Amino acid sequence: MIVGLEIDGAGTDPAAWRGAEVDPRAILTGELALRAVQRAEAAGIDFVTFVDALEAPDDVPDRVSVRLDALGLAARIAPLTERIGLLPTITVTHTEPFHVQASVATLDHVSGGRGGWVADVSSSAAAAAVIGRREPAPAADTWREARYVVDVSRRLWDSWEDDAIIRDASTGRYVDRERLHYVTFTSPTFSIKGPSIVPRPPQGHPVTAVRVNTPEALEAAADAELVLLPDSSDLPTQLNALVLVSVDARPHLDGVDRLVERIEGLAAAGADGVHLRPASLELDVPVIADELLPRLRERGLVGAADRGGSLRGRLGLGRPANRYAGSER
Amino acid sequence: MTKQIHLAAHFPGVNNTTVWSDPQAGSQIDFSSFRYLAETAERGTFDFFFLAEGLRLREVKGKIHDLDVVGRPESLTVLSALAAVTTHLGLAATVNSTFNEPYELAKRLSTLDHLSGGRAAWNVVTSWDAFTGENFRRGGYLDKADRYVRAQESLRIVRKLWNSWSEDQLVLDQAAGAFAREGAGAFADEGAHFDIRGRFGLPPSPQGRPVIIQAGDSEQGREFAASDADVIFSRHGTFEAGKTFYKDVKSRLSKYGRSEDSLKIMPAVTVVVADTDDEAIDKAAHIREQQVSGPTALVLAELLWGRDLSAYDPDGPLPAEDPVVGSSVTQGRVGYNDPFPIVAEWRAQAEAHGWSLRQTVINQQNRQTFIGSPATVAEAINHHVQEDAADGFVLVPHLTPSGLDDFVDRVVPLLRERGVFRDEYAGTTLRSNLGLQV
Repeated sequence: MIVGLEIDGAGTDPAAWRGAEVDPRAILTGELALRAVQRAEAAGIDFVTFVDALEAPDDVPDRVSVRLDALGLAARIAPLTERIGLLPTITVTHTEPFHVQASVATLDHVSGGRGGWVADVSSSAAAAAVIGRREPAPAADTWREARYVVDVSRRLWDSWEDDAIIRDASTGRYVDRERLHYVTFTSPTFSIKGPSIVPRPPQGHPVTAVRVNTPEALEAAADAELVLLPDSSDLPTQLNALVLVSVDARPHLDGVDRLVERIEGLAAAGADGVHLRPASLELDVPVIADELLPRLRERGLVGAADRGGSLRGRLGLGRPANRYAGSER
Repeated sequence: MTKQIHLAAHFPGVNNTTVWSDPQAGSQIDFSSFRYLAETAERGTFDFFFLAEGLRLREVKGKIHDLDVVGRPESLTVLSALAAVTTHLGLAATVNSTFNEPYELAKRLSTLDHLSGGRAAWNVVTSWDAFTGENFRRGGYLDKADRYVRAQESLRIVRKLWNSWSEDQLVLDQAAGAFAREGAGAFADEGAHFDIRGRFGLPPSPQGRPVIIQAGDSEQGREFAASDADVIFSRHGTFEAGKTFYKDVKSRLSKYGRSEDSLKIMPAVTVVVADTDDEAIDKAAHIREQQVSGPTALVLAELLWGRDLSAYDPDGPLPAEDPVVGSSVTQGRVGYNDPFPIVAEWRAQAEAHGWSLRQTVINQQNRQTFIGSPATVAEAINHHVQEDAADGFVLVPHLTPSGLDDFVDRVVPLLRERGVFRDEYAGTTLRSNLGLQV
């Protein structure tokens, strides 16, 4: 089983930030998230996701109503970790696709091949209003556009062949431009010429995940490599992706038995893994790390904690071939 | 009063200043290179580390330019990672205001400031050309005259978002269950380019407002800097040009109610250090030869002439034709508004010295700003600053990532001995280290 962990403020419990063990300032410095990710990594958890949205969290005075940009937070954590995958949520409805792909590629570079992203959309009126460029679109439209963004991102990651940088002093050429490719991509809402500004990421393609919260998102999941399903849903059989089920976890209150049982059940049902949503980063992640993971390991459900390598390698995904390799520019 | 010098490190970029072909040259992409140079700059107690931005690969005559470094990682993501491995160094990102929305910029830059404990800076640049626009939704629609209007409005809104929380709105009262006051971060703005409203989800960052850098040199750019910037990244590194620019820009500040020390002028410069002045002169000449190969000389001449010069031999004489203004032979970099006097000067110099085209380019361009022994360089840098040709410098090394090793190890100690450069960081934020008001 693949095991992922969600980072969201002080945890998914809206009151998690109030615990005596939490310094609420550490939410804003990134220290709370860093500590959780380091604990998760030491326990052998495969990846973390970072919750984000374009718009601010709801303005509710007794909740964590602030949020750091997930991509920045993931990058801040990258040099202080070694093995765990880092997948910030990135919304694509209003941000330029060219910037999105360049940022994710850069996260892969700075993390040494542990980068990915949870591709998400902004269908809300609140998100549209902070940008002011266009009216909010229905979820079906934003997800359709998101599929184009995922597609063009992969094309742009391929727009540099792996060996494009030749540094050939004898001819004075830094790159072989025959190994750089225009993508000349057109979709109903945007077009991009390419090539990317960032050389091909270490993993070839950083890992693309989609969180399935709506039927429209399920369609887009067809393009993802990692699909995060809500706990209530039946496991889809048609997806050509790793399917993980998001499970709320508060083992500091409930113990780990029920979680072990649940994860065994998911394994039996054919899920590829579990995406744990801890109620409190400070209270639940230590229990997940110290008790849950060893129990899963005893049962042969997870691998050794100290596996290295790229995130794709860790997840059993191959390194994708470059679609343009050997073709004409 | 003795002025204190400010210093910044520029990661080697995608023009021919960067000598990628040197055996010592390392990766332009690996994080280890960024980390090495940032750690070197922090060891030298530099004010900040500077990253440029790329949005389209350069082209010459319709083909991707392959003689210089090509490509780079995205700056804010690299700087967020560097925040983890540095403690005092400012982290400056060049980010275009044309192809980003103010809300996104405010969020990403404020995040960097929070994550770095108050070390973020934004170099505000603009773009208008359709060539770059081909990679973006909004394309190249923006008129050249409009680019500073949008940039200025963008910056004004970004600052408004950074100020959208008052200090007392972040409560963090765990017992009472009050994280923030209701309504914190609410904003609305309507201008020529933007009509936005909502809530900004980040309270004031450690610096309150990240440092603003501006690099434009036009009349509009200078006014923009005088009204809005904290630092100017200028191109006027020589003594006389530096003094003229310094006086011009500083004299514009009073009409915005600003003091002269509220804007730091930091020209981009190159430095060559060796044991003796003579050795440094030889070393500088060798570096310039590395920077200007025959093919590179032709491309640089094409940029100046605005013509295809591939029929010329770089080791032969200068092209006989007149330059063309506004051509698209070279795409993705700044051309010349008035190439005629420069071409005339090149011809005069080439004739006087018997130089080939390549020799002319080597001698007329890319001449390093400061060349000499550590004592000579320290003296020159201090002279420029004390005589108001600059407040400090952005050092552009020619080698990645070791290009500032000599400067930090040999010149910085001399500046410290003179009492004109810090021994250690006085403040924790970039704004305080630059001596700017919070």
